[in-house]
Amino acid sequence: MERRCAAFGAVASYGRTCYGRHMSTWISDAKAPRSTWFLRGVRAAFSLPGLILISSFIGFAALAKDAGVTVAQAAFMTGTVWALPSMVVLVGAIASGAALPAAMFAVTLSAIRLMPMVMALAPEMRAGKTRQCVLYLLAHFVAVTSWVLAMERLKRVPPQMRTTYYAGLGGALVTTNVIVVTAVYAVADALPYAVSAALLMLTPMYFLTSLWGSARERAGHVAMVLGLVLGPVFHIVLPQIDLLVAGLIGGTVAYGLQLRRRKVRAA
Amino acid sequence: MFILVAGFATTDIWRFLGVYLGGKLSEDSDLLVLVRTMATALVAAVIGNLVVFPGGALAHTSLGLRIAAAALGFVSYLVSGKRMVVGIATAEFLLLAGLYLNF
Repeated sequence: MERRCAAFGAVASYGRTCYGRHMSTWISDAKAPRSTWFLRGVRAAFSLPGLILISSFIGFAALAKDAGVTVAQAAFMTGTVWALPSMVVLVGAIASGAALPAAMFAVTLSAIRLMPMVMALAPEMRAGKTRQCVLYLLAHFVAVTSWVLAMERLKRVPPQMRTTYYAGLGGALVTTNVIVVTAVYAVADALPYAVSAALLMLTPMYFLTSLWGSARERAGHVAMVLGLVLGPVFHIVLPQIDLLVAGLIGGTVAYGLQLRRRKVRAA
Repeated sequence: MFILVAGFATTDIWRFLGVYLGGKLSEDSDLLVLVRTMATALVAAVIGNLVVFPGGALAHTSLGLRIAAAALGFVSYLVSGKRMVVGIATAEFLLLAGLYLNF
């Protein structure tokens, strides 16, 4: 127990106290020490999905700078919010001078999808003695990329090592991208015009492909197509609350279509 | 402060709720499906706006070029068996090629 907390504390000092009550419970799986699993998690962060994520954070840095967000704000946002869609919504809200309640509501709505993701991941990581507080802390690392990687790879990690593995994976992803955002922000002005344009194109393309891939049911694809069209439409009609309205209408229509299809199939 | 309240609190509340509810609520419950479709539509709206109304250097490119690059990139993503790298690379290549040819 103590070593688990020590390994976790290495990523970020959250200042928790752990008591070594059940020292012997996890040592039974002694094939590889805990630090090895932590490092394996770190290594998983530098796989292909991890590199794609880095490229889209490069795009985010360019976007944030363009919107007038300071480098400290952009880096802080990367570490605390840690969900690109929500961060892009937040940057948009800051750039358009939206009021705090409107910004909060839009970000809240964009972050809802994190809940079912965590709900699916938490049982995978929960081994017999896993403390609830560890899961709450690790939940902060959940975003599309780390989630996809974890859902795919945790099966091959011994149950007692999964939280450690995920701490390595999530911690490495967050740390790397905070550095990436800071570094790219610094050089963004010196880049040639075509490169800047290409960087700004990275974020929408990353979302477009990852969102389509992560949609669980057909309603998700319908909602996506509706949102793509409704977003720009409401940007012209209702510029202050365009995203909210597009999300509420697009989502409800997609859901309604799914219900009707199910009813037709049942009849 | 704005970021902390509007960004951090509003995203992590869902993550915490996810841990709390993990296992209690079914993944396929109707409420969750509705929530997911709304969230998906909202993020898709963000994508649409980023392509149609971009900022910075991208704003100086033509709308047709951006939509064509994104659409063809997406098609190549689907055709290649949902490989994100292919989709992203295709869109970027088309965008740069279009810029080079002055579209």
